[in-house]
Amino acid sequence: MLEQEKIFAEIDVNYLSRVKMEKNVWKIDAEGMHYKELNNLLRLISSNGAERIEIHNVCGQRYIGTDLETDKQIDIYGTPGNDLGAFMNGPRIVVHGNAQDGCGNTMNDGQIVVHGQAGDITGHSMRGGKIFVRDDVGYRVGIHMKEYQRKVPTIVIGGTAGDFLAEYMAGGVVLVLGLTLAAGEQCSARFVGTGMHGGVIYERGDILELGKGTKIMKVSKRDLHVIEGLVREFCEYFGVDYERVVNGTFHKIVPLSKRPYENLYSH
Amino acid sequence: MRDLTLINNPFNDDKDFAGCSIFGMMNLEGKRFSSRDPVRAIANMHERGNGLGGGFAVYGIYPDFKDYYAFHIMYLSRDAKEKTDRILAGSFNIIYDEEMQTRPANVRDPPLVWRYFVQPKQRRLENQTEDDYVTERVMRINTETGKAFVFSSGKNMGVFKGVGYPEDIADFFCLEDYQGYLWTVHGRFPTNTPGWWGGAHPFNILDWTVVHNGELSSYGINRRYLEMYGYKCTMQTDTEVLAYAVDLLMRRQHLPIEIVAKIFAAPLWIEIDAMEPEQQRLHRVLRQTYGSLLMNGPFSIIVAHHGEMIGLTDRIKLRPLVAGTRGDFLYLSSEEAAMRLVSPTLDRFWHPRGGEPVVGRLRSEPKVEVLASVEA
Repeated sequence: MLEQEKIFAEIDVNYLSRVKMEKNVWKIDAEGMHYKELNNLLRLISSNGAERIEIHNVCGQRYIGTDLETDKQIDIYGTPGNDLGAFMNGPRIVVHGNAQDGCGNTMNDGQIVVHGQAGDITGHSMRGGKIFVRDDVGYRVGIHMKEYQRKVPTIVIGGTAGDFLAEYMAGGVVLVLGLTLAAGEQCSARFVGTGMHGGVIYERGDILELGKGTKIMKVSKRDLHVIEGLVREFCEYFGVDYERVVNGTFHKIVPLSKRPYENLYSH
Repeated sequence: MRDLTLINNPFNDDKDFAGCSIFGMMNLEGKRFSSRDPVRAIANMHERGNGLGGGFAVYGIYPDFKDYYAFHIMYLSRDAKEKTDRILAGSFNIIYDEEMQTRPANVRDPPLVWRYFVQPKQRRLENQTEDDYVTERVMRINTETGKAFVFSSGKNMGVFKGVGYPEDIADFFCLEDYQGYLWTVHGRFPTNTPGWWGGAHPFNILDWTVVHNGELSSYGINRRYLEMYGYKCTMQTDTEVLAYAVDLLMRRQHLPIEIVAKIFAAPLWIEIDAMEPEQQRLHRVLRQTYGSLLMNGPFSIIVAHHGEMIGLTDRIKLRPLVAGTRGDFLYLSSEEAAMRLVSPTLDRFWHPRGGEPVVGRLRSEPKVEVLASVEA
């Protein structure tokens, strides 16, 4: 109790009525709140031993969860603004709604689970952690993702993606399940993997049209192991039948070259 | 961080990466509604602008004067008003004029703003249509003194804009007193051009308006092309060419939006090469004929005129635009949250594809459709 009282004592008096503690869950009413105030509250609460945080009435506040270092779960009700979880390093964010553009921008660790769609540049420059999106995502998802040793960022897309998926991708994993497509329907994304020079895209079925500089390959046992693990997680979060999803045919798309533009200016 | 509250930047180094905000809301049955929701929605995207411009276009606001052209004119000097009044008196029957209702608000250096309801003098029309006559006179006023700018010239619609955040512009112009069936709104973050009253969005000619997020690197070539058709660019901002281009293509040349979208955001050549022969021919002809009206650079825009609201982005979608419907309402917005604020539940919500217009039309079919391809 003492810990909680300490936190309440530190909360700006203007926002005191917005914060409640019920059964070890911190609840914040974010209606009309500026993102700076909201993120200040999150820093304060999450650094003081909260089990879970719920943010209600979110409507466009940017950068929610930015630079947080905890491993706590943050539930967001409403529509979080751009750059959700930017530079985040650990928390698990669950969005009960859609995410806007730039979700998971440069995140380093943690998880974002979106029960809906996500906008353009989801996972922009991601360095670690995982993003799961139940439905479709916008343009340029996974642009400039990178990996280093054991830090392998991962994006799992339940539906389809927009153009320039994995543009300039340097590392990490993108898995497209295409569950919102009708049987035999192709994903409409053009220029998939343009400028890609590392990492891997997995597709369920033959739904992606290959961009220049990429090639399609059969999945190996190791790939399948990764895919199965991700599908299992996906199905668990969104209540989807695992067998149905995992029984598809998976392919992998990789770059032809580690330096696709090596000769661009030399001739 | 640099102080963004400095309104005028004498060093012209305000190249900063952020987005303007655009929002559009239309009642497809033509029922009028107040400024409440459009203002709340745009204020929710406050972060996208920097207070250097905001504005509104409202359709259906002057039902009592719906047969007359409603001019909103900003005067940067009293002198300019005298000269402009002489031009107006010579060219139009002035049915009614007044200083526009304003109140002190958090806006920077407001000019004198005046409203006129006018009718072209029939004997002066000669072979012109009324619309062409009005366009020509607007161009004349805008270039004559350098201190008088017609920022709204349509019938039964009005543009309200200036330097400030859009919610403050609404406050300044007392927009709570107006009702319209279609509102488009803009919050500005100027990048390459000055933040002044004439440079705020929407841009207008007759009842055509455009709000824009992005930048048109093709401005120079677009402008020169439009000058051949009598349009004079005086607002010092790239978006102005879009307003004149829609007037030229849609009003004067009667092209449908499906074609206009393919002119502004033409498919890439590699995509054209992959089309059916008939489609290929159409797109080649469009690019050859209207190459100078290709809008190059990142953009998302909302174009409006009476009865229609159109959302469009550049072909590779470098600026955001989302769409939603609820009952008789169509919403277009830079961000979903702004839409959800005014309508938490949506019947449909989607991310339009780059280069493909979202069109809301009055009365005809209330259905909103995303036009997937151009019919030859």
